[in-house]
Amino acid sequence: MSSRPVPHPLQLHRRRVLFGGLCLCCLPTRLRAGSPAGFATEEIAPGIHVRRGVDAEAAVENAGGIANVGFIVGGDAVLVTDPGGSLADGENLRAAIRRVTDLPIRYVVMSHVHPDHIFGAGAFRQDNPAFIGHARLPQALAQRGAYYRERLEAVLGPGRAGPVVMPTLLVETATELDLGDRAIRMTAHGPAHTDNDLSLFDRRSGTLFPADLLFVGRVPSLDGSLRGWLQELVALEALPATQAVPGHGPARVDWPAGSADLKRYLHTLVEETRAAIRANIGITAATETIASGERDRWALFDDYNGRNVTRAYKELEWE
Amino acid sequence: MRKSCLALMVLGLLGPATAIAQSTDDDAARAERWHELQQAIFGDRTIGDGTGIITLDAPQRALDAALVPITITTAADRNVTGVALVIDDNPGPLAARVRFGPVGDPGFLALRVRVNQYTLMHAVAETSDGQLHETAKFVKAAGGCSAPVGENEAASLAEIGRMKLRLQGEAVAGAPVEAQLMIRHPNFNGMQMDQLTRLYTPMRFVQVVDISFDGAEVLHLEGDISLSTDPVIGFRFLPGALPGKLKVMVRDSDNATYEASFDVPASGS
Ligand SMILES: [Zn+2]
Repeated sequence: MSSRPVPHPLQLHRRRVLFGGLCLCCLPTRLRAGSPAGFATEEIAPGIHVRRGVDAEAAVENAGGIANVGFIVGGDAVLVTDPGGSLADGENLRAAIRRVTDLPIRYVVMSHVHPDHIFGAGAFRQDNPAFIGHARLPQALAQRGAYYRERLEAVLGPGRAGPVVMPTLLVETATELDLGDRAIRMTAHGPAHTDNDLSLFDRRSGTLFPADLLFVGRVPSLDGSLRGWLQELVALEALPATQAVPGHGPARVDWPAGSADLKRYLHTLVEETRAAIRANIGITAATETIASGERDRWALFDDYNGRNVTRAYKELEWE
Repeated sequence: MRKSCLALMVLGLLGPATAIAQSTDDDAARAERWHELQQAIFGDRTIGDGTGIITLDAPQRALDAALVPITITTAADRNVTGVALVIDDNPGPLAARVRFGPVGDPGFLALRVRVNQYTLMHAVAETSDGQLHETAKFVKAAGGCSAPVGENEAASLAEIGRMKLRLQGEAVAGAPVEAQLMIRHPNFNGMQMDQLTRLYTPMRFVQVVDISFDGAEVLHLEGDISLSTDPVIGFRFLPGALPGKLKVMVRDSDNATYEASFDVPASGS
């Protein structure tokens, strides 16, 4: 448009110093009044204890304890199933474990990269456990960990987020470990909620830990693949599980019945996004209408649905 | 220009929640940055207030920083010949520069961009008298530039150069037709890390898009790393006669070229 020589765009690039993948997934966007600071767990099956997270964004009032976290006690060891949403949340969880058992905490499972599930890991370093994650978790943490930490500290206060702890034991496909007469099956999933989702299955009690592959009551957040998520749910339904611990929602739900709302929401996203693309409805207009029939069925709907639609649109428009 | 993106971003996010007005730095620093960018992009030319000439629509708060839809519209009676979009605080601030040809309609341009931190965006129009006119929007978004390379980019690399064209409604000769061009291209900006190799994926982005209708130029776009993965360009053109062919040529920073041709039928046919 100008007759002057135009500097090549590369000359204008600002210094590239960014490191963390700065995704906003599952990050606090608003301070809300949260639950009281009390940390209570519920024994949903013999030896399985779950703390229900509050359906809110991370805030000082909830110390980042917004995800469901817990622990499984075996014959000779304890496994932590997500260490919590902040250092304090992790410390509270560790104290809850010590009120129940003195067995060594040998395993800390980090179900996926989102901060509300894993920033409590630092509280368990003293136990020298294996920190277990999906084979793609280290990369995701390398990209986003520092940024998540900054964001969390901005909400909770300096020094209160907790360190970024890297997994020490990676799961590529599936593996099993024994807590002493209690085998836990761990499965690494394809891109779904994120691209690094790890689920657990306790055969003894028939309990599935899908982590954020299962949202109940709190609106799901899509940070991986919409079609992939639906596929992984089908695979999880084939397991001989009778109950599941959602990543967000009640401490336990029946399985597979408990995934009905999530599947309805994800299917709605798929169908209404495809219809919008077919009807030449642009991405901006799409975010304002798609899945709006789901608004009253989920907590925090307006904080996440628009982004979910954007991601769905991007994924489906090339079909 | 010297400040690190990270430092700016972090400052901006302190107290992110209630403080809608929080911004990375003050108005004076923003004005200075825009001044530097003006110099770098437009040299010593003065840029006037674009009110009544150019508007920029962008979400106040982006839903997905890696895909922020923006629309630039210009007044039909002002003889706009080209527009530029500048995302002040992005690495690679000049997101796109477009020159409209004889059968292009400068009235409408839609793009999808990455936004790396809270930033001002400027849209600049050039009119046939050689004058420049600007308008600005402040956009809250962060992290769009280093969003990890995931499934999406793998899929777009596998299909690189594939294109789709969507026409809005039926084309009528002599009337502007709205179209959306979709280009499969990962538009790697050099800041994204590959999940498997752990290496930063080398920069490779769409540099030029030429669109013509039956041999006459619709538009010429120079793109940069701020365009989203799988660039999408919304535009209007003025078909003199129908049916006809809309041709697209894309060249990326690796000098790979991709071409596509789309039939534009006459209405009712
Ligand atoms: Zn999550």
